[in-house]
Amino acid sequence: MERLEALLRDAFPEASDLRVVDRTGTGDHFHVLVRDDGFDGLSLVEQHKLVYAALAEPLRDGTIHELRITTKGS
Amino acid sequence: MSTELKDRIQDVIDHEPVALFMKGTPDLVMCGNSQRALDALRGAGAPVTTVNVLPDPAIRQELSAISGWPTIPQVFIKGELIGGADIAEELAASGELERKLSEALGPDYRGRAVQKTEFLS
Repeated sequence: MERLEALLRDAFPEASDLRVVDRTGTGDHFHVLVRDDGFDGLSLVEQHKLVYAALAEPLRDGTIHELRITTKGS
Repeated sequence: MSTELKDRIQDVIDHEPVALFMKGTPDLVMCGNSQRALDALRGAGAPVTTVNVLPDPAIRQELSAISGWPTIPQVFIKGELIGGADIAEELAASGELERKLSEALGPDYRGRAVQKTEFLS
C-alpha cells in the first residue's frame, strides 16, 4: 500500500487529495482516489489512464489484483 | 500475435453499438468489476454485445494494445472507449451514460436493447 502511495505521489506531486484503500484487507484489491487540478479538461478515460500509467508496475507484476479508481479535478 | 484476432476485436469495437469486454458471460460473470460494468450498462438500457476475454489470454493482450487500457472490463460505445467499471458506474449515476447512448445510437436506443455474445476463440 505504501508502494502504491509512493508511486502515485511521484506521478501526481500536486495532488490535493490522494488516498489508497485496501478494500479487502488482503493487500491486492485497492481503491485509489486522486484529486488533482491537472485533471481539469481531461476526459475520465484520460484521467484513469494517467493513474494506470503511474501504477503500471504493480499492475503488471500482480501486486494489484483488482483496482478501482476515482479521479477528480479541482 | 495473430493479426486475425486483432482484426476481429477491432471489428467488434467498430461495429457493435455497445461492446463490453468482460471476464465471463452475462449468465456467468467471473469478476466483480465485469458485473459492475454490465449492471451499469443494463441499468441504462444499453444493447450490450459482450466478449468473454477468459478463453484466450491473447484477446486481452490484443485488446489492451488497441485501447491503451490495461484492465478488464472495457466498455465501448460506437467504437469509442468509455472506460472500465468505475467510469461506467460514474456515468450511469450521473445520467451521462444514457445521454451518451442516446447521442451515439439515437433516442430510441432502448427499443433496440438486445444482448449478444461474440465468441472470439
